[in-house]
Amino acid sequence: MEKTLVVEMKNITKRFPGVLANENVNLQLHKGEVLALLGENGAGKSTLMNMLVGLYRPNEGEIYVKGKYVTITSPQDSMALGIGMIHQEFMLVGNLTVGENIILGLKDLPIVPDISEINKKIIELSEKYELQVDPTRLVETLTVGEQQRVEILKLLYRGADILILDEPTAVLTPKESKELNKILKKMLAEGKSAIFITHKMIEVLEFSETLMVLRKGKCVGIKPTATIKELSEIANLMVGRPVLFDLTKGPFKPGKVRVELKNVCVNSKTHSRKTLDDITFNIREGEIFGIAGVAGNGQQPLSEVITGLLKSNSGSILIDGVDYTNKTPLQIINSGVSHIPADRGRMGIVGDMNVGENLSMKKYRTIELSNHHMINKSKVREFASRLIEKFVIKTPNQFTSAKFLSGGNIQKTILAREINSCKGVLIAVYPSRGLDVGAIESVRENIIAQRDKGTAILLVSEELDELRTVCDTIAVMFEGRIMDIMDSKNASTEKIGLLMAGVERSSK
Amino acid sequence: MRFRIEKRNEKSKKMQILIPLYSLLISAILGGFVLILSNANPIDTYIAIFKGAFGSDTKIQYTLVKMIPLLMCGLAVGIAFRLRFWNIGAEGQYVMGVIGITWVMQFWTWLPGVLLLPVGLLMAIIFGGFWGGIPGALKAQWRVDETLTTLMMNYIAIGIAEFLYISAWKAPKNNMGTVTFPEIAWIDRFWGKVHYGIFIVLILVVVLYYILYKTRWGFELNMIGKNSEAARCQGVSIKRNIIIAMIVSGGIAGLAGGIDSAAVTHSLTKGVNSGYGFTGIIVAWMSGLNPFISIIVALFLAALHTGSDALQITMRLPSAMGEVLQGLILLPLLAGSIFIDHRIIFTRAKRDK
Repeated sequence: MEKTLVVEMKNITKRFPGVLANENVNLQLHKGEVLALLGENGAGKSTLMNMLVGLYRPNEGEIYVKGKYVTITSPQDSMALGIGMIHQEFMLVGNLTVGENIILGLKDLPIVPDISEINKKIIELSEKYELQVDPTRLVETLTVGEQQRVEILKLLYRGADILILDEPTAVLTPKESKELNKILKKMLAEGKSAIFITHKMIEVLEFSETLMVLRKGKCVGIKPTATIKELSEIANLMVGRPVLFDLTKGPFKPGKVRVELKNVCVNSKTHSRKTLDDITFNIREGEIFGIAGVAGNGQQPLSEVITGLLKSNSGSILIDGVDYTNKTPLQIINSGVSHIPADRGRMGIVGDMNVGENLSMKKYRTIELSNHHMINKSKVREFASRLIEKFVIKTPNQFTSAKFLSGGNIQKTILAREINSCKGVLIAVYPSRGLDVGAIESVRENIIAQRDKGTAILLVSEELDELRTVCDTIAVMFEGRIMDIMDSKNASTEKIGLLMAGVERSSK
Repeated sequence: MRFRIEKRNEKSKKMQILIPLYSLLISAILGGFVLILSNANPIDTYIAIFKGAFGSDTKIQYTLVKMIPLLMCGLAVGIAFRLRFWNIGAEGQYVMGVIGITWVMQFWTWLPGVLLLPVGLLMAIIFGGFWGGIPGALKAQWRVDETLTTLMMNYIAIGIAEFLYISAWKAPKNNMGTVTFPEIAWIDRFWGKVHYGIFIVLILVVVLYYILYKTRWGFELNMIGKNSEAARCQGVSIKRNIIIAMIVSGGIAGLAGGIDSAAVTHSLTKGVNSGYGFTGIIVAWMSGLNPFISIIVALFLAALHTGSDALQITMRLPSAMGEVLQGLILLPLLAGSIFIDHRIIFTRAKRDK
């Protein structure tokens, strides 16, 4: 039986100055199915979806929704057609209730809305789709998973039947992902449809009926998910060349202790629970020490307390046996610690400065790039072009503003700067988050190369596969505490998963 | 016709030049309406302003003399603006500078005469730097909003100055105003009214250009201004730099006050809060924080100032009309700056099929 088409995009071409973002793309979404949209960063996935929700308009091509030709010029237009998008960053107001958030921005609302009536309707909806959320709770008290449900409810309340989800599982625990999958299946059974943008290939298999791969703005493959046998099949389509999933890693030969944390505590400004609670561990030369955990369980504060960006309330941090507790970031940098921060755009680069300047942000103080207080610009230029070549950073030239680079190349810029200035300790927080397969590969290779050179590395990640293949030792964090530290050889996904969810070994 | 605004992929160099020119034209047209309403011929008025500013040697001299403190105040707030520290307190820092130099001139008379001027200017820098450093420290330590503190401290400084020239330091025979500075400590003039202070400010432009664009500190200020969180991760101390930048910023505004009083007013008296500190904000903004472009902007605004003073006489217009025109200049410029990053795309009305 032929399924009904709900969305059809025909020969879509979108040009930006100097860039062809989408070229002759055809997309078909049927009623009751999930279409997974895959592709590397900058492959044109978001651009394509943004045309569907009216943020951009195609230069060429036509869009049909439910069989009718449409021109979508604003998110309001797309909402009227029943299309809604959940962005990676949730658009919720923390100090309003769930119910208030859901009706926020609705046009035909009376001046004083009857909130109890609205809450009743929300509860009805949430029961229908098993999206348990209390409409009277404040959004800021919800977990990330619950906030995502609010976003979904927001679209359902507005009558959306075509949902676009941009990397919805990036912020979820494995358990929450499963629940999301269940919710989606329920909605599909009700005749709704969804487009699912993702990087994670395993999820594609679990969530979708059809998958579509974009590469450099063009569609390079549409397949029923059921026909996929090997993950590498999808990966090769995305990158356009075979991808190595096996990393070559030298034998684990730990040397002397470089970083030592003893009973480090950080109090929280807002909660009574400590942000970091009695953290003790060592990182040795030539060791990759992995931190597993659901985002928001203290991993980022841990990296910041080591790099001096966050003050500890008790405990001590030693680097090469010297006490560096609560020293300034500069003193810690000078002691040999490099830092790849969690949030690239906000902490890692200065978007409005050029690539060369960004590359020199650690070394500009040294004799290598400046004499006394004057920066030697020709040395900076030479230094930058050397790093751009060595780390294969794709940029028109070193004078391009860093913000115009793709996510992967921004990360390579940070990696180049930090590895170049690294003198023995590297703190890497979510270094491969949100990157495409090719870039992840290069990030991991670089980190392993550092380890083989004898660097002590702290690697915070939420990808269990990454932790298990890259790390030598894995610690799991939950609510600011270290649940367990284990050899990565003994770390099964189930074991880490349970610890991440806060299940103690004893209570198992 | 519909239109929408789209972000450009790169800052448009062309627009950076065209926008000031176009907005000047738009301001001239807007100003023209205001002038017509006040029964004045716009073209005649603009010609009168130009003649009032550059029409004769004396007028050019007046304009140049006004340009000196204006340019210095523009440079001063420009340094703070680089850090996104909105120092709108240059006016108060300027006044404190005048108080500083006056203190030396009045009470440090035991100094050898030749030292009076250098020590006095140094004191102007210290007073101004102190006045700028306070909001800097408050912001760095407790995140106190700088727009409020710098603005309020203007009025405190002006109040102190009034107290001094009306009562505490008043010259015995005058109604108000301090005793004139000793003549040996005046800054000399070399062409009519134009004094050697102009060289100090031009040297300052070059020095600041080097500091801001070539040194490690300039690089750090740039990093902080464009992404303070990333700068912090790179080991740059935000607190320390905010305080230092505000001391430097206040110091330069204070020096502007010191130079202007040593060269022009020769005393602390009414009119010390001349508005240079506020107009300096316009200088910094219009120049895009570039010291060299600041020279042109400061000259332009100084000319508008002297030119509109002449309006009273030649066109029988209130001199406040000059201020109206000044305000009208900034408005299109600020509105226009959106086109450096964005473009307008016109599209035809919805097509139906």
